[in-house]
Amino acid sequence: MGSRASTLLREEEIEEIKKETGFSHSQITRLYSRFTSLDKGENGTLSREDFQRIPELAINPLGDRIINAFFPEGEDQVNFRGFMRTLAHFRPIEDNEKNKDPTASEPLNSRSNKLLFAFRLYDLDRDDKISRDELLQVLRMMVGVNISDEQLGSIADRTIQEADQNGDNSISFNEFIKVLEKVDVEQKMSIRFLH
Amino acid sequence: MSVHALRKSASSSCSNILVVFVGIGLPIEASAPAYQSHGTEGSHLTNITNTKKAFPVLAVNYEHVRKPFEIALWILLALLMKLGFHLIPRLSAVVPESCLLIVVGLLVGGLIKVIGEEPPVLDSQLFFLCLLPPIILDAGYFLPIRPFTENVGTILVFAVIGTLWNAFFMGGLLYALCQIESVGLSGVDLLACLLFGSIVSAVDPVAVLAVFEEIHINELVHILVFGESLLNDAVTVVLYNLFEEFSKVGTVTVLDVFLGVVCFFVVSLGGVLVGAIYGFLAAFTSRFTSHTRVIEPLFVFLYSYMAYLSSEMFHLSGIMALIACGVVMRPYVEANISHKSYTTIKYFLKMWSSVSETLIFIFLGVSTVAGPHAWNWTFVITTVILCLVSRVLGVIGLTFIINKFRIVKLTKKDQFIVAYGGLRGAIAFSLGYLLSNSHQMRNLFLTAIITVIFFTVFVQGMTIRPLVELLAVKKKKESKPSINEEIHTEFLDHLLTGVEGVCGHYGHYHWKEKLNRFNKTYVKRWLIAGENFKEPELIAFYRKMELKQAIMMVESGQLPSVLPSTISMQNIQPRAIPRVSKKREEEIRRILRANLQNNKQKMRSRSYSRHTLFDADEEDNVSEVRLRKTKMEMERRMSHYLTVPANRESPRPGVRRVSFPTVHFEQPSPPSTPDAVSLEEEEEEEVPKRPSLKADIEGPRGNASDNHQGELDYQRLARCLSDPGPNKDKEDDDPFMSC
Repeated sequence: MGSRASTLLREEEIEEIKKETGFSHSQITRLYSRFTSLDKGENGTLSREDFQRIPELAINPLGDRIINAFFPEGEDQVNFRGFMRTLAHFRPIEDNEKNKDPTASEPLNSRSNKLLFAFRLYDLDRDDKISRDELLQVLRMMVGVNISDEQLGSIADRTIQEADQNGDNSISFNEFIKVLEKVDVEQKMSIRFLH
Repeated sequence: MSVHALRKSASSSCSNILVVFVGIGLPIEASAPAYQSHGTEGSHLTNITNTKKAFPVLAVNYEHVRKPFEIALWILLALLMKLGFHLIPRLSAVVPESCLLIVVGLLVGGLIKVIGEEPPVLDSQLFFLCLLPPIILDAGYFLPIRPFTENVGTILVFAVIGTLWNAFFMGGLLYALCQIESVGLSGVDLLACLLFGSIVSAVDPVAVLAVFEEIHINELVHILVFGESLLNDAVTVVLYNLFEEFSKVGTVTVLDVFLGVVCFFVVSLGGVLVGAIYGFLAAFTSRFTSHTRVIEPLFVFLYSYMAYLSSEMFHLSGIMALIACGVVMRPYVEANISHKSYTTIKYFLKMWSSVSETLIFIFLGVSTVAGPHAWNWTFVITTVILCLVSRVLGVIGLTFIINKFRIVKLTKKDQFIVAYGGLRGAIAFSLGYLLSNSHQMRNLFLTAIITVIFFTVFVQGMTIRPLVELLAVKKKKESKPSINEEIHTEFLDHLLTGVEGVCGHYGHYHWKEKLNRFNKTYVKRWLIAGENFKEPELIAFYRKMELKQAIMMVESGQLPSVLPSTISMQNIQPRAIPRVSKKREEEIRRILRANLQNNKQKMRSRSYSRHTLFDADEEDNVSEVRLRKTKMEMERRMSHYLTVPANRESPRPGVRRVSFPTVHFEQPSPPSTPDAVSLEEEEEEEVPKRPSLKADIEGPRGNASDNHQGELDYQRLARCLSDPGPNKDKEDDDPFMSC
């Protein structure tokens, strides 16, 4: 498995991915072997069925949305680059990155990019607002089927009302950021990828 | 009278107080023999019956009440002192309370000595069995679970490795010091020094709590120092017992060291296991207490105390048992017990731990005056300096290693506070006091320990607050419980678990999710009464938040019309009609809640606060009179809303659509509203308007769907009113669900 992985992934690709996402060499090769183990069709890309085969995602309330987040707009296959690009959001923020050249584009795992990723999981129609219905859908997924619609609706109303500042009855990205300012997003949205 | 009492008290040994506490019979004094009428000692009795004394109208029998009297007097003195400090605001702002209490102890001890009596020393048995458990239970029960589990690795490293480092570093260097001829302590061998090192090295939870709660530092640093002070008990126990045994024997073999390591694991894991068992027992018991709500708090206290005593019996770590018991039982107990019981538990724990802490510091002061002292300048000064140095080195070294594994690194400021906050306290003193007199260095050690304690509590305790300001260390962020944060945090939990699954990475979230699932499917079913175990975490949080807000609004005299949800009211027009009645129903629910007897508000309190249960003086400001006035106003308003005919002008749209479920009042289906029954028992004051409401509702009552919804609402209403659980503050989170 190891040898197959390294022959299929060229050095230049690894370098490019490293530059784009910030992962280290060993992390990239490890994640590549994971990628290939998921890729049952062995065609170098993952489809939604491949993701759905992962047991943890099957029982996860947000499983479908997470799977969706990996696929770019309208496509049904994701290659390794896209896979890594999505996973890069969850890399821990390192200190030396904070002092990087401000003119360079923001790294994928910056705090606001992490929050944007989470925001996009709520905001399916990409109108940059979490509407009441979108919130309701997420709540329904997390809470299960035993709770009545009215109760869920009042929770959703309360949530929006707490966060909404400009009165448009939905949560915009800035309001989302504001609500989560007390939450330690850098820690909460980071996975300690093994070196 | 007080001098007389003190004189008497001073001559009794404090260990007798323990007897009283455990209640193994007050000494029933000399009045007994006089009533033995048919004894064999005939002559003795005839003597008594022959000399008939005048019937004593007024007699003084101090011996009869001496012990409880003295105890009560000491406690009263301690509390009066505490009261006094807080009346002088400038003093309590500068000097931490622990320092003041020690000074008081010194004064009292000096006073006793001046009189010529022997001042009582802080008896170790009294300390470990009576004074320490309430503090630890209070800390463990209200331990903020989420930050604790997120940092448990760091905490364990500091607690175990840090304490070991401290002990050996100090012991070793002190031994080297004693080898120097000029010091004059050449009789001290290595094992004695190591024993001393192990006593002094442990950070003390009582002192840390006392000082840290006044500086409101950010959560991370607080939980690091505090968690360390709790978890290092296992290390201290093992090291102390180990060195005590060895110093008698005099030699150490490799086997002994190996056994020591094994002992450490047994002590710590055994303690946790014992605590967890008692915790589950307590949770299981609380499942059945719905008919005897009054004794619910007692179960919590007794099971925890039993856990402590059981583990002390086996020489396991009692502190860890207490913590484990509190942590394990809390989520289940809180789902089962009533609101009042929760408040009682909270109040009693805070009260007892406050009293304990006060007594401990006063006794420390008194013991300083009393205790046998052997002063050796070099030794004592070196001890103090070494304490500081080893702590700083230990923290810096360990942080360097830990930061490689942490996602959020510890900054220099954090490290400084962690190092500076390593206070020593009464546990070190008591352990030193426990040393048998065969140790020739006992007095010297005691003196050094007391000096270290004084130094850390006074110097470090007093200066830590200005230093925190000076270094601009992050303070605790005050935040109201926010449904947003709760939802998004749970959302992120699921997201991260999913992404970990994608990566094939079995990390923190994966195991947390597994534990949650296990808890939900198996454990909760057994330990939570009724149907509550199915309730999702989020719903419980929301419900309690709403309840708290309603209570707050009623008690502050606000009208329900100032509902924050008025914004959503504007959007109701285009929506379906049932939405409107839902809003009305909520308002009515709030008004009804105003009539509940147990309507004390439960403000958020950071569990770290020892002196105040509720923020500010909310609790005191709400007087019964005001509450009753508000209630009457609410009732009036409510009857107005409900009796107003449909076509009258009213401030609320859709009043006519109130489907207040009058019909369903009479037929609550038993399985869904078991709590309605307990509501009857619990509240002395019935909802007074309920019968008249039934008569007043008129007008169109909506269609079948409204009625059905009304029934659902009623069930929800009844459940809310009987309030099976406490308020869930953000930091008192359900450990299994939200971390």
